[in-house]
Amino acid sequence: MSETITLEVLRYLPETDSEPHFQRYTVPYKDEWVVLDALNHIKDHLDATLSYRWSCHMAVCGSCGMMIDGEPKLSCHAFLRDYRGGVIRVEPLDHFPIERDLVIVMDSFMNKLSSVKPYLIPREEKPLSAGEYLQTPAELRVFDQYTQCINCLLCYAACPQVGLTEDFVGPAALALAHRYNLDSRDGGKAERAEVVASNEGIWECTFVGACSQVCPKQVDPAAAIQQTKLSSSVDWLKDMLTPGAHK
Amino acid sequence: MSRRPYMRQVERSWWLHRPRYVAYMIRELTSLFVGLYCALLAVGLIRLSQGAAAWDGFVTALASPPGVIFQSICLVFAVYHSVTWFALTPKAMPLMIGGQPVPGMAIIGAHYAAWAVVSIVVLIAAGI
Repeated sequence: MSETITLEVLRYLPETDSEPHFQRYTVPYKDEWVVLDALNHIKDHLDATLSYRWSCHMAVCGSCGMMIDGEPKLSCHAFLRDYRGGVIRVEPLDHFPIERDLVIVMDSFMNKLSSVKPYLIPREEKPLSAGEYLQTPAELRVFDQYTQCINCLLCYAACPQVGLTEDFVGPAALALAHRYNLDSRDGGKAERAEVVASNEGIWECTFVGACSQVCPKQVDPAAAIQQTKLSSSVDWLKDMLTPGAHK
Repeated sequence: MSRRPYMRQVERSWWLHRPRYVAYMIRELTSLFVGLYCALLAVGLIRLSQGAAAWDGFVTALASPPGVIFQSICLVFAVYHSVTWFALTPKAMPLMIGGQPVPGMAIIGAHYAAWAVVSIVVLIAAGI
């Protein structure tokens, strides 16, 4: 008989369940399979009622984030071979309400993300006829790393402050705010500061650093937040010394 | 189809679940001992202002076995705090020189060098 591997998947069906419970599935083991392949096998052959999100199967779309053996991971990026010989525990991402099975409710994140205005707010509006807002490669390098975020929410599941403080804006949104603040074409830092530099923004972060450790795209949100703390403190000091001059 | 999202609660023991969270909590705990040592220094200043006898009593207390044990514990936590903080500095204070990022090890090394220089200055000022 060919080798198999067992997955212990957290199930929650709101129509019938009062709380989530684990359900075990045994699937074929293949060296090249990732956890997402195993879930697809369950869905196609064992239990069509299992719900989960996925799209690209190549660590680009950010849809398939889950807790795999307690660690936030993209299920398309977690190979079965790394869990061989054990039972793989698969749960929805921590710190989010469970909609159904492995599907989380991400409304809170979407609201937090839009609150930091993660888009270019040009210093001066130009007419279309004036052409593009140009940027040198060196200016791009300053923030390039922070553009890699795929909003997979692994950092929110890893951050204890997100779990303990519901209103904390959180790692990905603050990293994206930093990305636009660093952009040479952008003039929206003061607008973003209302949320970014508030208690629920950068100051709720205690630099656990887990967000950066679990990020599948090496965005390093912890670095972004600490840099924002430093620059916000400098802005505050400037404003104290010369009130109103830096708006 | 009815929506009834289920929110799982964070357990009180969340920080015991992963080594990275344990390391973080130890780092948070170091603040307590750094704070206690600061309080000890403040007490020293107060005793100094109260005259030679008070100061001598303070120094004798520092040299007593409980004093040495307390300072040793504070030293261990202060070193843990400093080393982990220096390791984090490239994240908080990245440098770009000539459009290129400065390697993290160089930033960390600069902090250790500054620590050594300040320590030497303090030791010289103290006449050691």
